[in-house]
Amino acid sequence: MIEVKQLVKSFGSLTVLKGVTLSVEEKEVVVLLGASGSGKSTLLRCLNFLEFHEAGEIWISGEKVDPHKTNLNHFRAEVGMVFQHFNLFPHKTVLENVIEAPVHVKGMKVAEAKELANELLKKVNMQDKADVYPDMLSGGQKQRVAIARALAMKPKIMLFDEPTSALDPELVGEVLQVMKQLAKEGMTMIVVTHEMGFAREVADRAVFMHDGQILEQGPPSAFFENPQHERTKQFLRSIR
Amino acid sequence: MIIDIFLNSYPLFLKATWLTVQLTAVALLLGCIVGLIIAFFRISNSKPLNYFAHLYITVIRGTPLIVQICILYFGLANMVTLSQFWAGAIALAVHNGAYIAEIFRGSIQSIDRGQMEASRSLGMSYPLAMRRIILPQAFRRAIPSLGNQFIIGLKDSSLVAYVGMQDLWGTGLGEAASNYKQLETYMVVGLYYLVLIMLFTYFVNRLETRLAKGKTLRKQAKDTSVAA
Repeated sequence: MIEVKQLVKSFGSLTVLKGVTLSVEEKEVVVLLGASGSGKSTLLRCLNFLEFHEAGEIWISGEKVDPHKTNLNHFRAEVGMVFQHFNLFPHKTVLENVIEAPVHVKGMKVAEAKELANELLKKVNMQDKADVYPDMLSGGQKQRVAIARALAMKPKIMLFDEPTSALDPELVGEVLQVMKQLAKEGMTMIVVTHEMGFAREVADRAVFMHDGQILEQGPPSAFFENPQHERTKQFLRSIR
Repeated sequence: MIIDIFLNSYPLFLKATWLTVQLTAVALLLGCIVGLIIAFFRISNSKPLNYFAHLYITVIRGTPLIVQICILYFGLANMVTLSQFWAGAIALAVHNGAYIAEIFRGSIQSIDRGQMEASRSLGMSYPLAMRRIILPQAFRRAIPSLGNQFIIGLKDSSLVAYVGMQDLWGTGLGEAASNYKQLETYMVVGLYYLVLIMLFTYFVNRLETRLAKGKTLRKQAKDTSVAA
């Protein structure tokens, strides 16, 4: 589904990704763990070409994507992204947020897009708020709308960049619930998160990043119970 | 007496007011178009466009409006046929465009980066994201500064009197020269400007409150309809 080979990315003199190689299978749920600054978010942003990698390769569905040559809009539409700070469009209602891309990127008819949007809003349990502006929503509600908005493009893979980090603790559960449901339905997902419960329960694989590289990865049970590297052990201790 | 001047001259001044309004409206509309283009040049990745926009803003802000008007009217009018009205309107548009460009640039850049990222991540192209997501928010944010600039533009339009236009100020100059009652005549002219600007301010304020309340109002309307 997605293959990353020896990916390198730096910001000025700071090299954030130092040759990351990762491959994610269809329907796999991968959780990216690591301290802040380890490069998790940058890796995710490279996969959606919000940042352009400098060296290495990214393959999506068997096609190599060169951000400087390929038409990226096509690939971005296939890769859904959910942000830490939701980034809903504040001048549009919940429903308008969801139908925006299907209508204006895919050229879907408005009526058809609304039908799709209502379906998706039902799925994230936000159907009652369709005509409300994002300002009126709680963080958890905003994030659920953001998930519906990303799903509206029918992406092949969903990227989550710390989707619950900006939420009040009591709102985290409702967002994780939606993500669990998605995973159950067979969505391919890469999730940057600090929610270890989610990682253990839902992920097929945990990937630990340190200093711009993947240090260790494996099934969550093995990863959490029996980490190999000293740095991984340290990290797991610190978040417990 | 000021009242006599007012009563004797109002047909003339109303005509002049209409010219001032037309001139300012055309100039500011063009100024907004110029301003938007220059603002895009300034935030674009292209070095030549950046440089051009920077030069434009520096030169226009760095020279007096009256000099710009005279250059356009007496200078360029020799090369191209330009009516008095259009010479004035273009000079004012070019001048206001530089300030409006900075207002637009500021408001576009004030929109959170996440908005563009979210748009792009949904597959939107840069121009589409700009048009559908960034600009609608930026315009709303620009309204207070834009209203302020429009008021300045309206008042500055008085300078076209010096290339012979019979706008409010031009008419005032002519009247005072013939009736020798400078104080009263100029006060009457001031009054016309004041009323124009108060009216304009009223509409801008209403627009602002309506946009600010827009969301809440629509929500309330929905809530009451649900309750009923």
